Amino acid sequence: MGQIQLNQVTKSFGNVQVIPPLDLTIEDGEFTVFVGPSGCGKSTLLRMIAGLEDLTSGQISIDGEDATDTPPAKRGLAMVFQSYALYPHMSVRKNIAFPMRMAKMDKAEQDRRIEAAASALNLTDYLDRRPGQLSGGQRQRVAIGRAIVREPSAFLFDEPLSNLDAALRVGMRLEISEMHERLKTTMIYVTHDQVEAMTMADKIVVLQAGVIEQVGSPLDLYNAPCNKFVAGFIGSPKMNFIEGAEAAAHGAHCIGCRPEHITVSTTEGLWQGTVGVAEHLGSDTYIHIHGVPGCDPMTVRASGEFTVKHGDRVYLTPDMNHLHKFDEAGLRVA
Amino acid sequence: MATQHSRSAARIMLAPAVILLLGWMLVPLIMTLFFSFKKYLPLRGGDLGWVGFENYVRFVTSSSFWPSVLTTLVIVGGVLVITVVLGVLLAILLNQPMWGQGVVRILVIAPFFVMPTVSALVWKNMFMDPVNGLFAHLWKFFGATPVEWLTQVPMSSIIVIVSWQWLPFATLILLTAIQSLDGEQLEASEMDGAPPLARFAFIVLPHLGRAITVVVLIQTIFLLSIFAEIFVTTQGAFGTKTLTYLIYQRVLESQNVGLGSAGGVYAIILANIVAIFLMRMVGKNLDA
Ligand SMILES: Nc1ncnc2c1ncn2[C@@H]1O[C@H](COP(=O)(O)OP(=O)(O)OP(=O)(O)O)[C@@H](O)[C@H]1O
Ligand SMILES: [Mg+2]
Repeated sequence: MGQIQLNQVTKSFGNVQVIPPLDLTIEDGEFTVFVGPSGCGKSTLLRMIAGLEDLTSGQISIDGEDATDTPPAKRGLAMVFQSYALYPHMSVRKNIAFPMRMAKMDKAEQDRRIEAAASALNLTDYLDRRPGQLSGGQRQRVAIGRAIVREPSAFLFDEPLSNLDAALRVGMRLEISEMHERLKTTMIYVTHDQVEAMTMADKIVVLQAGVIEQVGSPLDLYNAPCNKFVAGFIGSPKMNFIEGAEAAAHGAHCIGCRPEHITVSTTEGLWQGTVGVAEHLGSDTYIHIHGVPGCDPMTVRASGEFTVKHGDRVYLTPDMNHLHKFDEAGLRVA
Repeated sequence: MATQHSRSAARIMLAPAVILLLGWMLVPLIMTLFFSFKKYLPLRGGDLGWVGFENYVRFVTSSSFWPSVLTTLVIVGGVLVITVVLGVLLAILLNQPMWGQGVVRILVIAPFFVMPTVSALVWKNMFMDPVNGLFAHLWKFFGATPVEWLTQVPMSSIIVIVSWQWLPFATLILLTAIQSLDGEQLEASEMDGAPPLARFAFIVLPHLGRAITVVVLIQTIFLLSIFAEIFVTTQGAFGTKTLTYLIYQRVLESQNVGLGSAGGVYAIILANIVAIFLMRMVGKNLDA
């Protein structure tokens, strides 16, 4: 079990309110991702759930029981830190055993769980090494191993992959997703990387300045962002926002169109502009186009074979079914 | 320093310092060795010629030799235990965020700036004096007979005085070490269910291992040659005669330079034995 409920939770450091009153329910077994720009309070929120940070007001309940004043160890949650926070003077085996040792678990059971975790995480050959003798990815796995063996009711991850290189990050992302499929345990995962959020989450919570902007499945957020902030944050490259006469023509203050929902042509189209930088990714090419009224530069996605030169004149046509409209306050209008 | 040229330049530039240091060390060492094989009584005939190992034999066979070695080791050991234990506790305390932290830290470090002679005199006359000392007044206030610290419990008194001087050093080193402890490790262990004492034993103490080693090694070097505190308090009486004090007595009170020099060589040997033991015991903390 691992249902977590936040009820009118707030947090202030001194007289700076970092989290204004916030409500959120995380269902049992759900993979929830907190995503938002740096400094928006993701870590603070996670640490409040973990019990490492006191609430200024409000209430947290875990599995329906009030856990607001429960000490971290008693909440049955396990956390994986961004810095891994492994114990440097203990071997990998002892690191993984530590929570079980603190719980005074039977030695044979400890060994059984260590073996199981080590084989699941490919750590069997490294059990007698110290953390200092491991690579970043291996340390990451040890930190996850230490969390798994406790069989917690929920896992909390604070940007666990941000210290890894790009290739490893993709690999670990898959491993964590697979682990979730296997264990079916609640996971809360903090990241500022929207790709991680999109690929891993059952439910994404988009935060800005401590306020929840939108909660929903990755595709909900992609297809129907409730305001300009979410629209700009989810999706890569960023959505294009067009203001002025063109937006007014659609009866909105601002319209948004994703780069993948614009067709680009050298002969005809609704808007026209000149090619700036073209980023060739092989499969796709992202072209930055200057001179489109109300939006400069505009990013569009073209196929990898589409070749244009800097300064070429191109024509753009948005896909009307995927046009997002926003009012003056930046909120979505249907 | 990659090239041949920069390496030889570095050697030339280091040379003056190395030569100075070598001279500084070698001259007294060679003089000590030289005199230790001579009968040399400055006020009773001066240099009376070579005597081989006679001084060495006389020094060890004297009834004061082994007690003085023991006294030295007891003082060093006692001070080490007190300063390391209290130093760790004080470092943890000073690391807590509290009001007036800066001032408190300076106050704690202050004893280190007091000269050993001065601090021993202050302790002897202001605290431990059986008539006018602060402790005597305290004892009398509670209706007890004042303790004559330096005659009844001389060793403990000296250990207390020396510990007071060295505690700031230990605290300072351990405080800087504790400040470098990653807070997330403590949080992780808290989430792993470790109560405060276990957090101290499994996280804080191992983290301090290296700093404790440094404290132990440096203090040992200085404490083995402790002198001023004994000179101004007990003058070596009541079983507080350390090896250095014994050497001092041989050279200055008995005016026997040869015998004292032989004692000096024994002191070097003792220091090396202690150093080897220490390196065996704690030296591995310094690698890795
Ligand atoms: N101990 C603290 N004292 C004062 N302010 C704090 C403290 N911890 C965090 N803050 C403030 O709270 C806000 C949220 O911080 P938090 O660490 O939760 O951000 P974050 O979303 O995790 O950012 P990042 O993606 O960079 O990790 C920041 O503005 C930060 O300055
Ligand atoms: Mg953070």
